[in-house]
Amino acid sequence: MELFTDYTLRTVTIGAMLLGAISGFLGCFAVLRRQALLGDAMSHAALPGIALAFLLTGQRDPFILFVGAASAALLAALWLLVVVRTTRIKDDAALALILAVFFGFGLVLLSYLQRQPNAAQAGLKSFLFGQAAALIERDLWAMLVVGVPALALVLIFWPQVKLVTFDPDFARSIGLPVRGFDVLLTVVIVAAIVIGIQTVGVVLMSAMLVAPAVAARQWTNRLETMVVLAAGFGALAAMAGAWLSTLGEGLATGPLIVLMMSLVTVLSLVFAPGRGLLWRNLRRRQVLQAS
Amino acid sequence: MEIAVDIQDLTVAYGDKPVLWDVDLQVPRGVLMAIIGPNGAGKTTLLKSTLGLVKPAAGSVRIFGKPYEQQRHLIAYVPQRSSVDWDFPTTVLDVVLMGRYGHLGWLRRPGRAERAAALAALEQVQLADFAHRQIGQLSGGQQQRVFLARALAQDAEIYFMDEPFQGVDAVTERAIINILRDLRAAGKTVVVVHHDLQTVTEYFDQVALINVRRIAAGPVHDVFTEANLRATYGGRLALLETSRVAAPASSAAPAPGD
Repeated sequence: MELFTDYTLRTVTIGAMLLGAISGFLGCFAVLRRQALLGDAMSHAALPGIALAFLLTGQRDPFILFVGAASAALLAALWLLVVVRTTRIKDDAALALILAVFFGFGLVLLSYLQRQPNAAQAGLKSFLFGQAAALIERDLWAMLVVGVPALALVLIFWPQVKLVTFDPDFARSIGLPVRGFDVLLTVVIVAAIVIGIQTVGVVLMSAMLVAPAVAARQWTNRLETMVVLAAGFGALAAMAGAWLSTLGEGLATGPLIVLMMSLVTVLSLVFAPGRGLLWRNLRRRQVLQAS
Repeated sequence: MEIAVDIQDLTVAYGDKPVLWDVDLQVPRGVLMAIIGPNGAGKTTLLKSTLGLVKPAAGSVRIFGKPYEQQRHLIAYVPQRSSVDWDFPTTVLDVVLMGRYGHLGWLRRPGRAERAAALAALEQVQLADFAHRQIGQLSGGQQQRVFLARALAQDAEIYFMDEPFQGVDAVTERAIINILRDLRAAGKTVVVVHHDLQTVTEYFDQVALINVRRIAAGPVHDVFTEANLRATYGGRLALLETSRVAAPASSAAPAPGD
């Protein structure tokens, strides 16, 4: 397959698969902790961070943009926490509000930057929907430098992370620093977002966090299997999306990856044994006939 | 009599609304104690603030004379069943294993000894055959027993349980109360947030009546009186006429939890 032999294609494919695997794995915790919307808000909130990082440094280096994106996303999460704690605004309303404020600010910065002479060719606009075709080897290294420590942290503290995700009250009663794990899990999700914004963009990134987890949950009842499956689904969808985008001129890779991931999710929701819609319908019919 | 749990002047507020006001409570070692009171009286909050899950505005909690933080290994906790998502992708055995985490170091994984302890706890609640089921596939009563098994796996001195009889059938209720009696026979202390006034005299040695303030606490035959119940529940006590107050209860069918 020329996906892995052609240099440019190989970079794009490997980058997309890295993103799919890392965000699939880490996204499981966003879904199980009921923070899928937080992931969405944080990825939108990364946009002004990217624009500001470029504005201040004039460089399109992945590490600099990552720092900008991560700071903005974490600032949004922190702000959300403050709003929910100190006002009577409920968290869904606060999420919508913060998403809009950050994303709006990001769009303003972006439109300003577009008129700057050196910024147009920097392709900042591609961060909206991603531009996988522009991935270079340095971007892959940047993904690994951010992604591997995030994965490692979760694996090192696996029993604790699992307990805190399942039953935070019990975890606190045996003395685990639950607040600390909240921060850790938020930070690793930000890491996943940061990794994905170049490839699929801030708007579609939350799909790459949520969809693999939802699909994987259909096929297994064990968290250990679920995270591995989610990583696999994410990588598979990324590879399929990258391959599809080579078939036609000007087909954007990021949205194709998200579409492929959605397809996997829909198939899982319908056909997975045990939890799939089809299966549950069949069983209901059997129960009805038996009675 | 040795005091297992000593709560002094405990006050908890959510926002500016007091949920518990200046509560004193002593739990002697080796008793089964019920905490009763109407909905919203602060029973769960009393348990959670004792365990350090809710930060009190004032007051102190001592476990065998020392602060809670130093005595965690002596405590087991059964939260309300509705406090977790039972669709979580994990097995019965995994949940019970979590009872051993407090005894493991930071980087140690549960090994053979922990699995053996978890299986023994499952055996005690008669769920050993369900060890590898996903927790969502169990009935409500079985889920409640999984939480109980996790607490048993903690191998503690004091057990705090938040409505362990909630939504379980009569057979399960019997099984659970037998386990609580075994714990007492082994010298353990058990504190239970309880809903069903009908069974207080039959199940428990001690009772605490709570409605934001402590109304009364002590041996059941001393404090489970009509006057105290009226003071706790106010006009809302329709059950009072039928329940046997401070007298041995007959084996009335346990009322289902709400």
